[in-house]
Amino acid sequence: MYEIVEGFLEAIRLIVTLDPNVMAIAVRSIIISLTATIIASLFAIPLGAAINFGTFPGRKSLINLIQTLYSLPTVIVGLLIFLLISRVGPFGFMRLLFTPTAMIIAQTVLIIPIMTGLTISALSGVDPVIRDTLRSLGATKLQFLTNVIKEARFAILATVAVGFGRAISEVGAAILVGGNIAAASFASSTRVLTTAISLETSMGNISQSIALGIVLLVIALGVNLAIAAVQHR
Amino acid sequence: MYRRTIFAVAAVMVALLFICGCTGTTTDQTPAEKQQLRIATTTSLYDTKLLDHLTPIFEEKYNAEVLIVSGGTGKAIEYGQRGDVDVLMVHDRAREDAFLADGYGVNRRVFAYNYFVVIGPESDPAGIKGMGPVQAFKTIYAAGESNTPGVTFISRGDASGTHSKEQAIWKAAGFNYSTDIQGNDWYQEAGTGMGATIAMTNEKQAYALSDIGTFLAYKGDVDLVALVDEGDALLNVYCAMQINPEKYPDTNIALAKEWTNFLISDEIQQEIASFGVAEYGQPLFYAAQNDWEKIGVTEAEVKDPVA
Repeated sequence: MYEIVEGFLEAIRLIVTLDPNVMAIAVRSIIISLTATIIASLFAIPLGAAINFGTFPGRKSLINLIQTLYSLPTVIVGLLIFLLISRVGPFGFMRLLFTPTAMIIAQTVLIIPIMTGLTISALSGVDPVIRDTLRSLGATKLQFLTNVIKEARFAILATVAVGFGRAISEVGAAILVGGNIAAASFASSTRVLTTAISLETSMGNISQSIALGIVLLVIALGVNLAIAAVQHR
Repeated sequence: MYRRTIFAVAAVMVALLFICGCTGTTTDQTPAEKQQLRIATTTSLYDTKLLDHLTPIFEEKYNAEVLIVSGGTGKAIEYGQRGDVDVLMVHDRAREDAFLADGYGVNRRVFAYNYFVVIGPESDPAGIKGMGPVQAFKTIYAAGESNTPGVTFISRGDASGTHSKEQAIWKAAGFNYSTDIQGNDWYQEAGTGMGATIAMTNEKQAYALSDIGTFLAYKGDVDLVALVDEGDALLNVYCAMQINPEKYPDTNIALAKEWTNFLISDEIQQEIASFGVAEYGQPLFYAAQNDWEKIGVTEAEVKDPVA
């Protein structure tokens, strides 16, 4: 019990004093996961829209498959990316292993299925009355699409938040392809909140772990507040 | 009003992020000529913070950036075979020899050594205190098999150098590791690094094999003692090996050589020998330089700089 209280107090001290080590790890986490979320959005949202509005054979099975991939284990994504970008792998020549870029790739791959699936749900959740009204008013195909997407924009925004949340909170892929490196320069380091928590706990630095855990939660809270603010506007 | 508060909070957070981001990026302007050296290391050299102590000296001297991936000898060798790093720092002679023989590594140099210890609870339910390592393992086995309360052995179980050493001691004690030892109720494989294994051993008040360096670094935080610390079987020798440039020509050969020579240089040998003395009252590692006979390696392996 004492350990938890002590760890918590130390955590607050680290956060209040903006401990450079903790802050660098937090900022790196945000940069990596935000980049992954933006790239994944560029793929997942159009893909989700295409699947939602499209009619083609196997559409139901495709949606089932995407929903299955929601629970894609992060270590499997990590292993897959590791094998692809390791020196002897097909993309080994790019020397991406143990770089932040590799972590962005892994997180992007990880969250594309859930973002695609949730985009489909978001679009299919648009009130049928609106769809019918648009059609009956003689909207062109483009007008129809833009209006339905506009109607679903908050749900799509929530999709982006879910993607970011999954990206920043995963540890399996980050440690496999990032290597949890603490280098002298910011850009070469691959230590993020989750991998740092894992390491610090195994090294017995409980207070550091608690501090990093709180920062992770604060970031999640910040994202949710930002989304809520936009939705209430 | 409510909405305004949310916006204010959001704005402050975004502003903070930008400030952090900016301060982060100012330290980020690595000159283009700064070269990177990638090292895969056994966890003991990392968890004891020895590498944290040595790398800044190297980085300044050679205007380089050192990237360290820590993860046990088995993992380090795997990274080495795949060409994902430039230098390995490991401690498992048999696998090092295989790595060199298979042509993956070159220029093995021994830079440090220490001893393994069998750690356990002060109460020592199996009664191994003061025994030799082989006798201690036999005793733990007998106590485990007869269900003596409180006798559990936690193994690294991660194909690390320490795990190899543990298997070698079981073998020396006359057991077949996979049939006699693995799968027993009293024998548990942690599958993780040394620090985490010590933490687990502490939680379960069990026995474990640890390198002395990591154990000393953790000793203050755990209720465990070193019960067996003498015996030739406990010798633990650390070496650095370069990835064979013929196999992976675009590894950072030049810097890998500098790193190896840096480790066996007089200055760094002294740093290694004195590391941790102030904090723990005894060194975590011994310099290999003058003890090559004692640790069974050639003089060239501890002294001759890589050409």
